[in-house]
Amino acid sequence: MSDNLNLLIESSPQIKQSGSTASVMWAVTICLLPAGIWGVWVFGIRVLGVLFASIIAAVIAEAAMAYLVKKNTIQDGSAVLTGLLIGFNMPPSVPYYIPVVASVFAIVIVKWTFGGLGGNFMNPALAGRVFVFFSWTGPMTKWTMPAVLTRIDAVTTASPLGAVKSGLLEYTGSADGPARFLSEAGYPHSVMDTGITSWLNSNFGFSLSDGYVDMFVGNIPGSIGEVSVLLLLLGSIYLFIRKIITWEIPVSYIAVFGLLIWIFGGTRFSDGSYFNGDVLFHLFTGGLFLGALYMATDMVTSPLTSKGMLIYGAGAGLLTFLIRIYGSFPEGVSLAIILMNIFVPMIDQYTKPKRFGIETKKVVK
Amino acid sequence: MKGLKTFKMGGVHPPGKKYLSENKPIKNAVISNLSVVALSQQLGSPSECIVKPGDEVREGMLIGKSTGFISANIHSPVPGTVKEISDIYLANGMTSRAVVIEMEGEFDRLGKEESKTSWDNLSSKELIEIIDSSGIVGLGGATFPANVKFSLPKGKKAEYLVINGVECEPYLTADHHLMIEKSDQIIEGIKIIASIIKPEKLAIGIEANKPDAIEVMKEAALRADLSLDVVGLEVKYPQGDEKQLLKAITNREVPSGALPIEIGCVVSNVGTVHAIYEAVVLGKPLIERVVTVSGGAIKNPQNLKVRIGTPISSLIEECGGFTEKPVKVVVGGPMMGFTIYDLDTPVTKGTSGVLALTSKEVKGAAQTACISCGRCIAACPMGLNPTTLFKYIDHTDYDSAESIGLMDCKECGSCGYVCLARIPLVQGMRLGKGMLRAKKVKA
Repeated sequence: MSDNLNLLIESSPQIKQSGSTASVMWAVTICLLPAGIWGVWVFGIRVLGVLFASIIAAVIAEAAMAYLVKKNTIQDGSAVLTGLLIGFNMPPSVPYYIPVVASVFAIVIVKWTFGGLGGNFMNPALAGRVFVFFSWTGPMTKWTMPAVLTRIDAVTTASPLGAVKSGLLEYTGSADGPARFLSEAGYPHSVMDTGITSWLNSNFGFSLSDGYVDMFVGNIPGSIGEVSVLLLLLGSIYLFIRKIITWEIPVSYIAVFGLLIWIFGGTRFSDGSYFNGDVLFHLFTGGLFLGALYMATDMVTSPLTSKGMLIYGAGAGLLTFLIRIYGSFPEGVSLAIILMNIFVPMIDQYTKPKRFGIETKKVVK
Repeated sequence: MKGLKTFKMGGVHPPGKKYLSENKPIKNAVISNLSVVALSQQLGSPSECIVKPGDEVREGMLIGKSTGFISANIHSPVPGTVKEISDIYLANGMTSRAVVIEMEGEFDRLGKEESKTSWDNLSSKELIEIIDSSGIVGLGGATFPANVKFSLPKGKKAEYLVINGVECEPYLTADHHLMIEKSDQIIEGIKIIASIIKPEKLAIGIEANKPDAIEVMKEAALRADLSLDVVGLEVKYPQGDEKQLLKAITNREVPSGALPIEIGCVVSNVGTVHAIYEAVVLGKPLIERVVTVSGGAIKNPQNLKVRIGTPISSLIEECGGFTEKPVKVVVGGPMMGFTIYDLDTPVTKGTSGVLALTSKEVKGAAQTACISCGRCIAACPMGLNPTTLFKYIDHTDYDSAESIGLMDCKECGSCGYVCLARIPLVQGMRLGKGMLRAKKVKA
C-alpha cells in the first residue's frame, strides 16, 4: 500500500499557517502599488522610469550577491520591495543614477554584508535613501509640483515642509500654522481642495484652511510614493487584515509624533502658544504614513514583541518630531526610523516575554 | 457560551477540521490477521519480551513485562501464535522490538458478556497494582505510565484532580466521542482515581467546540452524584497540554522543570480514565484504544476502536482508502504527530489519530532566512523565544539555549505553525534537547 506514495517525512507541526516570507513581501509590494500609480499620475510618466531603475538595480544587485553565496533569494521578493521603496523615496526629478546607487548600496552594503535577508539591522531602503540624500543633497531636495496644480510639467518647487522650515527662519507674520503660512506664501491648491474644504467648513463648522485635502489625497510636491496618504492607508488595510503589519508600531509612532506636534508644533507661529500645533499638516506631509505603515514595520529591523514594538514606534515618533521641528532637515522620517533600527537589539533585550512557570518557582523556593 | 476559561500566554488557532469525523460514532475496527505489538510503547524503558516465536498467546495475556520504575506491561491484543520477534520502526522514527502475532483461535473477551467487579473495598495500593498490571499509560499521547503518575511522591498532596477532555489537536475526535458514548464509565473511572489520590476538588476541562460533551459529562456527573466541575474552555491550542490546562482551570503555573503535583494537581486524559475503568471494573488490560482516522485524503473519516498492533494500512483501508494522493500520513494530531513512510507501521498505545493530509492542508512553502517577524514568540505558550533558541542550537551553542529555557519547550508546534520563514523550529528544539540530555548522561 505504501508503494508509489512518496510520503513526505517532516518534523511536527505537520500543518502550517498560510503565508510565507515571499507572500509577505509580495503582499506589501502589491499594497504599495496604488500609491505608486498615483505618483506616476501626478508627477508624470518619467517617474515610472525612476521606479523601474531602482527596482531593476535592486534585483540585479540581489542576484549578484545571491550568486556569490550560491543561494536563490530572488523569489523571496524582498529585493523588489526594497527597490520599490527606494523609488518611492526619490524626488520625481531625480537623475536615474541616484536610485540605482541607492538600490545597490541598500542591497549590497546594508543587507548582504550582514548576511542577506534577515541579517541586516537597518532598513535597507531607508539606509540607501539616506546614503544618496547626503551624497547628492541638491537633486534629492528638488521637488516637482504635481501636474494638477500647475498644468505644466516639471515645475520645481520646495516641499511643503521644506518651504515652512526655510520660510520660518525669518518669519514675523501672523499665520497661526503651517497651512495658512503656505497659503499666504502663495502655495497653490487644487479646485477639488478648495471645494471640499469650503464644503467641510460650511457643513460641519470646521475652520480648516485650504490645503489639507490636497495633502491627504496627494496633490503636493514630495517623494514619488509618499504623497498620497489616502492610498497608502487604503493599501495598508489588507496588510492589517492579513496581520502582516500589526497596530503597535504605526499607532505608537503616529500617536507620539502627533501628540508632540500638538504640544510643541505651534510655538513657531504667530501666538507662539503650546498645545496649538498643526497635527494634520505634519501627519499628511513628509512621508510620515509611508514611514509609519510600511517602513518602520519592516519585520527584520523592528522589535520582536508587542511591548518592544510600542517602545520602538514611540521612539521613532519622538525622533521624527525632534528632527522635523528642531533639526536642520524638514522631514525626519527616514533618519528617525534608521536611528531606531539601531536600538532594536537593546529594546528586544529589555522586552522579553515573561516565561511560563518561572515566577512561581521563586515563590516555592 | 459565556464564562469560558483559557490560558493567557501564547497559543494558536489552527483550523479545527473536527467536522470530518465528529458525527461518527466509535466503531470497532476489523481485527487484522497480523498484529505487530511494539515493546516500546510507553515513555521510559522498553518492556521485556516474555514470549518466543511459536508460543501460543491468548487475548489479553501478558507478553511484555514492565522493566523498572518508568515502564509498562504489554498484553497480547489477539489470541494466536507468536510468529517472530522483530525490529520495527515506530511512527516517531525510533526503533523498537516487536512481537508479531498471527491471529488464531478463540477470543476470551470479544463478543462475550462483560462482568463487572466491585472495587469499593480495594485500597489505593491495590488499585495502583491493577493499573500497573493492566499496562495503562497516558493515552493523550505522552504515554506516561499511569501507575507511576498516581503513586504520589512522599509529602505531596493532590488538591485537584483535573481530567483532560480538551482534545485541542485539530482533526481528532476520539476523546470527544469517548465522552459522549462512555460518560458513565468515565465518571466511574474518575471515582477510581479519586479514591487513589484523594483530591479535594475534581474538574474536567472541555473546549467549547464540544458542547454536547460538556452537557453529557454534566449529566453523567449529576447521575452519579459526583461533584465534578465541568469547565468549558475557549478553543485554543495547546490547551490540552497539562500546564496550559491547569493554568486555565486553576490559574496556577507549574514551575519550570516540575510536574503538576508541585502545585497540588494531577491531570489525566479521558481516554486514560476510561482505560482505568475497564481495567479495574472489567478486568481488561489495555489492548485497544479509540483512534480518529481522518484528513482530507481519507474517503470516509471515522473514529475506530482499534487493537494495539493493528497496521495503519488496515485502518486506512477500513475508512475507504484515499480519495487522492496524500502528501503526508501523520500518526497523532497534526500539531505534534509524526509522519510515517511505511503504512504498515502499527498502532501503539499513544496513537490518537491517523491523518492522511493533502497539500492544501499541509501548506508547505520554501524555507527562507528568519525575518524576525516575532510570531513564534507571540505563539509560544511557555513564553520562550523560539527564533533565538533556534539560532543558538543551529550554532551548536546548546548551553546558551538551555539558559533561555530550551528545556521548558514541550514541542507543541505553535512556533513552527506560525513561522513565515518555514524554519523547522520544533525539529531544532528536539535536537537541542537531545544534545543537552546526551551531555548530562555523559557528565
